[in-house]
Amino acid sequence: MTDELVTIEVDGRELQAKPGTMLIDVTDAAGINIPRFCYHKKLSVSANCRMCLVEVAKVPKPLPACCTPVNDGMKVSTRSPLALAAQKGTMEFLLINHPLDCPICDQGGECELQDVAVGYGSDISRFSEGKRVVPQRDIGPLIATDFTRCIHCTRCIRFGAEIAGVRELGATGRGEHMTIGTFIEKSVDSEMSGNVIDLCPVGSLTAKPSRYQARAWELTQYSGISAHDSVGSNIHIHTRNNRVVRIHPKENESINEIWLSDRDRFSYEGLNSEDRLTQPMIRKNGEWLKVGWQEALEFAVKGLQSAAGSDGDQLATLVSANSTLEELYLAQKLTRGMESNNIDHRLRQSDFRLDGNDSPIPGLSITISGVESLDAALLIGSNIRKEQPIIAHRLRKAANNGANISLINPLWIDLHFVADQFVSTPAMMVNNLASIAKAAAAKLTGNLAKIVKAAEVSNEAKAVAEQLKSAESGAILLGSQASAHPDYSVLVVLASAIAEATDSSLSYLPAYSNSVGAALAGATPHRGVAGVPIEKSGANAELMQSMPRRAYLLMGAESDFDFWNPSLINAALDQAECVISLTAYRSDSLESRADVMLPIAGFAETSGTFVNAEGTWQSFNGVVKPQGESRPAWKVLRVLGNLLGIDGFDQNSSNDVLEEIKSLTADLTIDNSVSTKTAGEMNSSTKGLCRIGDVPIYASDALVRRAGSLQKTNDAVTASIRLSANQAQKGGFEDHQDIIVIQDNNRTQLPLIIDPRVPDGAVWISSALPGTEMLGGQYGEVILEKA
Amino acid sequence: MFKNYIKSLLLLELLKGLRLTGRYFFAKKFTVQYPEERAPMSPRFRGLHAQRRYENGEERCIACKLCEATCPALAITIDVEAREDGSRRTSRYDIDLFKCIFCGFCQESCPVDAIVETRVYEYAFEDPGESIMTKEKLLAVGDKNESQISADIAAQAKYR
Repeated sequence: MTDELVTIEVDGRELQAKPGTMLIDVTDAAGINIPRFCYHKKLSVSANCRMCLVEVAKVPKPLPACCTPVNDGMKVSTRSPLALAAQKGTMEFLLINHPLDCPICDQGGECELQDVAVGYGSDISRFSEGKRVVPQRDIGPLIATDFTRCIHCTRCIRFGAEIAGVRELGATGRGEHMTIGTFIEKSVDSEMSGNVIDLCPVGSLTAKPSRYQARAWELTQYSGISAHDSVGSNIHIHTRNNRVVRIHPKENESINEIWLSDRDRFSYEGLNSEDRLTQPMIRKNGEWLKVGWQEALEFAVKGLQSAAGSDGDQLATLVSANSTLEELYLAQKLTRGMESNNIDHRLRQSDFRLDGNDSPIPGLSITISGVESLDAALLIGSNIRKEQPIIAHRLRKAANNGANISLINPLWIDLHFVADQFVSTPAMMVNNLASIAKAAAAKLTGNLAKIVKAAEVSNEAKAVAEQLKSAESGAILLGSQASAHPDYSVLVVLASAIAEATDSSLSYLPAYSNSVGAALAGATPHRGVAGVPIEKSGANAELMQSMPRRAYLLMGAESDFDFWNPSLINAALDQAECVISLTAYRSDSLESRADVMLPIAGFAETSGTFVNAEGTWQSFNGVVKPQGESRPAWKVLRVLGNLLGIDGFDQNSSNDVLEEIKSLTADLTIDNSVSTKTAGEMNSSTKGLCRIGDVPIYASDALVRRAGSLQKTNDAVTASIRLSANQAQKGGFEDHQDIIVIQDNNRTQLPLIIDPRVPDGAVWISSALPGTEMLGGQYGEVILEKA
Repeated sequence: MFKNYIKSLLLLELLKGLRLTGRYFFAKKFTVQYPEERAPMSPRFRGLHAQRRYENGEERCIACKLCEATCPALAITIDVEAREDGSRRTSRYDIDLFKCIFCGFCQESCPVDAIVETRVYEYAFEDPGESIMTKEKLLAVGDKNESQISADIAAQAKYR
């Protein structure tokens, strides 16, 4: 195709376009409106609704604008009598079977069919025959269906096939008898399924959690940033009466395009959970008392001062990386103001041996939109679809364009694109990576040089190395399973050496919405603000637990579910003199261990900034009032700082804090450089059964864990022991039998599920689920026994 | 001057006035002896609101909120929920009669003829808060006056 432009005339206006472009794209760019239902800019053209018929000079019949390529000298008329008659006729046919139930339809008021009917349809109906009725179908807890309203545009079908990568919805029957469905009785389980709600031009597919809760005209729309994965999807928050009613995606081509993952879309339900902590509470003589802020803060400060005293090392601050940049910054300022460097946001990491030589600001070294133009990618320890659905979608685009994607994982991952998967026990993951390092002739020293030398190079490993080398843009991405791996430091050094040897980029896929922000804000023990190394580094997250301190400050973290090793942190908190928890939710784990619970504002209730994986700073405002007496965490931290007599806590708004951070971090970007070529001895045991403790998609943070509808989906798993059939047979276990699992002398009983995705020699016991909080680390040796 | 003197002496203006009085004194009377007598009413009369039911006893209102949206005085407040059988119903339907200006837009906008303004105009409030017509009160008014309401709607049908 040439780059020369052709000139066409639409309604008397001259427009320039590339030859071959579809007419509707040209008119859309020029702001000329042509009605449409089946056409969508992100989906393939199907041209089945016929609503976009326009008149083209010298063509006897009207043509659909969505599949008519432009030609030089084409004369188009969108409002000529012929075009109008065609549009009116189409509209009349579409309305034949559409029920007149707009008053009870959730789409009413924001319905494309309503709008187009008013603009292009007739004022009366001539149809007096019976209308078609389609039986209701239940396709899961997230999407409400009413297929009687369907106008057969097939957008949802094309979304499944082209974007979500799973053909879950399809059409059966022809003509009037065509119906949309799941073929067999099942739910729609894609992690991006909610997008069909936005795509549906009528009220056939609507959001179940917000069903009947508000009409479109009652809602106030605010912009916001999603708070779950490190993509930082742009969202529109719709509120009514100071309550978040629903979340819609906000278009941002460079981040989430027009999509949104279900976790980002439906997690708002957790905001109104009964668990919300709405008043400061202190524990006196074992009793929880509701008190005012003044009393709670004074109690907290007294506790902190008496427990930590002059010995700053006795204070440990553990913060969730889903907190805002401002909160993380103030938390580290407060901790360092108390002469302590014991602050960490890496709650799900266990191997900190690389600290000091690690990447200063770890993140995605390519842009999120750049992921789709990769030629080769190697993912290490990442269930990319469930961890970062939007990045997985970009990666799928790359794979569909011919990129070679390989994954090294302890589990077989259900992917929606073609990829090579290296599945092995956690310990063998290192060998797999070493094998690729050897094939790529990566330069390593010391212990790692030995490991690499000893590795056997398989043909698959050779192929991966070759793909990365020959790729114009190749990337190595470390996921959250890698960072939880007991030999994370080994994986990182190997990955960085492979990246160097193959001229690929090294990237991290942080699990939380503000992991990059946490590094920038200095919420790490060994690096201060802007990732500057600290001379006398403090204790990391693991040390703060294994060598217990007297005072703990927790922010946004629940000890049962947000830590690598819940039994370790619980033991550490049990022995502490003073545990202060800044939390939006009450939970058993906090209530039995904390001394003060300070209610903080949740998602959409506080202003702040998230720095996403690629390093984009995105600020947002609070759009609903924090519930009850809760306050934005940055305010709570500021007052705590004041009461503790620490300098520099006089900000009046979160913006003041942001300005302060900006002045310190200047224009820092992602820095993934690793300054060592070797690592320590291997931690992962090759003996016995090794636990694989991933974090299920709907257990990733406190808000999601309380989102009712998400918890009803098939992705919301309950605690179980998953084994390969082989391994189960070896132990003599049967499917669905309850068996006993022992890890670090902690035992519990869980049901066994035989799962072919688990490699032999490993046990898949997801973490962050009720029933696993008494177990040990996410990875580690476990013993299974018959109950 | 003299002329005026004569006029006032003969009470001409008084008699002129009394002529009008006299005419009405003997004419047919149109005073209505309320409450024993009632003035005639149009089927379009906009009095106290009511909510209607279908013949099978099911309430008509489907909580579409068009009346709430159209109400110029913001007198209507509606909360919606899915009833147990899955149908869309109001969990709260309040009309504040102190705010209401009896314009009839709610009735006009209702797609199912659920909210109507009846011929009832005799009501009073003794306590604060009584001015709020809740769903139960509205349905009670509707149940009581259903025959009149449906007759009025039928009379109006050809003009709508």
